[in-house]
Amino acid sequence: MKITDLQSVLPAFQGIKSRAESQWRELRDGGKPVIMVGAATCGRAAGALEVLRAIKDELKKQRLDCPVVEVGCMGHCYAEPIVTISKPGYPPICYGYVNPVIAERLISEFILGDDPCLEFVLGALEENDLVPSFSDFPRAKFEKKVILKNCGHIDPEQVEHYIANGGYAALVKALQMQPEEIIDEVKSSGLRGRGGAGFPTGQKWEICRNAGGRPKYIICNGDEGDPGAFMDRAILESDPHSVLEGMIIAGYAIGARYGYIYVRAEYPLAVHRARLALRQAKKLNLLGKNILGSDFSFDIKLFQGSGAFVCGEETALIASLEGEPGIPHYRPPYPATNGLYGKPTLINNVKTLSSIRYIIQKGAEWFASVGTERSKGTAVFALAGKVVNTGLVEVPMGTTLRQVIFDVGSGIQGGKRFKAVQIGGPSGGCLPESALDLPIDFDSLTDAGAMMGSGGMIVLDEDDCMVEIARYFLEFTQRESCGKCTFCRLGTKQMLEVLDEITKGKGKIEDLDMLSWLAEDIKAGSFCGLGKTAPNPVLSTMSYFRDEYEAHIKEGRCPALMCRELIAYYIIPEKCERSCDACVGTCTVEAISANKKRIKVIDQEKCVKCGTCLDACPPQYNAVVKLSPPSQVPASK
Amino acid sequence: MVMTEEQARVRQQTKRILNRFGRRRGNLVPILQKVQGEIGYLPREAMLEIAEFLDMPEIDVYGVVTFYNQFRLNPPGKHSVRVCLGTACHMKGGYITLDAWKRRLGIDRGQTSPDREFDLDTVACVGCCVMAPVTVVDDKPQGKVAPTKVDGILLSFKLEKERQGEESR
Ligand SMILES: Cc1cc2nc3c(=O)[nH]c(=O)nc-3n(C[C@H](O)[C@H](O)[C@H](O)COP(=O)(O)O)c2cc1C
Ligand code: FES
Repeated sequence: MKITDLQSVLPAFQGIKSRAESQWRELRDGGKPVIMVGAATCGRAAGALEVLRAIKDELKKQRLDCPVVEVGCMGHCYAEPIVTISKPGYPPICYGYVNPVIAERLISEFILGDDPCLEFVLGALEENDLVPSFSDFPRAKFEKKVILKNCGHIDPEQVEHYIANGGYAALVKALQMQPEEIIDEVKSSGLRGRGGAGFPTGQKWEICRNAGGRPKYIICNGDEGDPGAFMDRAILESDPHSVLEGMIIAGYAIGARYGYIYVRAEYPLAVHRARLALRQAKKLNLLGKNILGSDFSFDIKLFQGSGAFVCGEETALIASLEGEPGIPHYRPPYPATNGLYGKPTLINNVKTLSSIRYIIQKGAEWFASVGTERSKGTAVFALAGKVVNTGLVEVPMGTTLRQVIFDVGSGIQGGKRFKAVQIGGPSGGCLPESALDLPIDFDSLTDAGAMMGSGGMIVLDEDDCMVEIARYFLEFTQRESCGKCTFCRLGTKQMLEVLDEITKGKGKIEDLDMLSWLAEDIKAGSFCGLGKTAPNPVLSTMSYFRDEYEAHIKEGRCPALMCRELIAYYIIPEKCERSCDACVGTCTVEAISANKKRIKVIDQEKCVKCGTCLDACPPQYNAVVKLSPPSQVPASK
Repeated sequence: MVMTEEQARVRQQTKRILNRFGRRRGNLVPILQKVQGEIGYLPREAMLEIAEFLDMPEIDVYGVVTFYNQFRLNPPGKHSVRVCLGTACHMKGGYITLDAWKRRLGIDRGQTSPDREFDLDTVACVGCCVMAPVTVVDDKPQGKVAPTKVDGILLSFKLEKERQGEESR
């Protein structure tokens, strides 16, 4: 860039920055208590908006004037709705499982009075003598927040909050570097793509920079098709500007003119916040023509995906941007040289792009100091399933699965036994107890038969059937296969049929060999990642949990008591309490009645096996059980 | 062919939406999203109008519409029910929840109830897996929806309707 341009960048940004900082200072040090409510999708589903309303109403009633800020997701999704109160004289305190009643008490007792309501405290954000802080939690030892750092601590709808916390400084720094220098920095950071495949990001940027053809495009892949993952959603909802900043820097480094953020339509809040962030950045000239007075111009548009898993695949994504059905194209040529409208196109995942600002600002060395030999930086996981602390987790690469599930996630809900962890979604696999000490990085997980994927991690316990989860994923990939490759289209259907039969107890032992053959053929005969990896959930469960497959086939028994055709609900007469009618009332299909002795009996013909009676039966009786195979139910007299 | 009033209205409405877009093929998906957002689904006339606008074969518009899960070809109900069948929700009984909805509404996934009150469909993860099993009712994700909660949600709609009925009387 020309020197004259350089000189204009800094002053142009200085003004923006000092305004943002004074606004932030006014909020933090204005002498008033600040109330922050986690209002990302996870919080809203748990009732955050009702809590927000209760807080505002109570403040009004008490004639209190203190700022109420909507923030994103802190990662402690298990404890949503979460409210953080920073009152002068106290450390910032975070409250969990808040409902409107608790919210009112927090206002009247803590804000108005001086009782910090310790019974609702989750933790404090800073070390102090009053309340245990998050850094004292055992999990803090294993976590390292880099790209999630802002999430839940700033208002994602206010660009000033982002800038006051160091935002867009990396862009200013980047604009004063040569594009090649930036690419070198990203290369030596060792950053690998967080979209699943782990391709070295700097190398991709270099290929794209050197490719001929104009204009060049940047695409941020926020399709997040893995049906059990929510990292990208959380980042777009909680810290959208970090993604934009990464995109703008990437645009400058490869010489792109236009960018697209591709977000799936199932994430309306992420779409809304990304759109708002684009408008704000444009207004401050962090986007648009001659960014901050430099000679670099770059524009970004938002595009909503329309609900097709395969559109997460880069060539399919490009096809859908062009208005075609999302059917993958053969690679090479790769999008980096021939992408959108045949022009060089850089596609990176949301997390990859939001890592960029830290690499530019803190340096490649800093970034590479975390992680393993071949996988640098941190890994972000969406921890869900049967684990106690469900939510968002960021740990250094190389942390073991056991540490993530048992130390950060606090183990299995309800004191049940761990069975497996599903990583990588439909392309990944299920790893058993014996694999828990594997360090998390791109290579070791692939070697074990799973895949890093983009960060979905579902923990399964003794009640989860391994055949059923394999069948579930096959049903998913079968439905989502675009139909281009015969092996993927028909092969997955064949596998699904076989698995369907097994979960119904109609499988044959030869079926297991058939599944392995089909799996190999589908892998070999499909050309996009969807088909190439579709058999993984089946292969990994067959290799680690073959005994479960055999129990279904040989004994018609589902060891986890999950497959509906292989179980029956039964009320143990000796345990059933004559005066209790809990199950009769809750049964959704009126299949339970009392016999002459007032003992409740399930009509097996009518029963739809929804499990409501099992939940309804009071724990002191515990009379309802699941039996497998169903023939274990004694014949009624 | 004579156009019915409804068809003419759809054409008019679609035309108005199209005015806001350029005639680029890349705008096809955004156009479809906008039209569905306003009309609620993609009627045949709307697709014909779009094909003409973008100067592309009608069958290609139809091909794109049927490829993506988001688009629907029949009118929605007054309330939309989307049962999450993402991994976390499935393993925590999302399929049982779906059955409960089917049973209560008397329709299958992808259908609208005969009184046009509800339409039922599935979705693969809305990103609140921690609340599994999730059902999104009228764009609001509801957590831990077991069969009994299905009845509860339906009851609250019924009460709401009765109240409105009384008010309007
Ligand atoms: C079937 C399939 C689905 C994919 N889904 C996603 C996705 O949801 N998000 C994503 O970032 N990458 C996804 N990818 C990977 C992309 O093709 C691409 O590699 C990635 O966006 C590149 O970004 P990265 O280098 O930052 O990882 C998918 C790939 C396949 C084969
Ligand atoms: S699996 Fe249902 S919300 Fe994610």
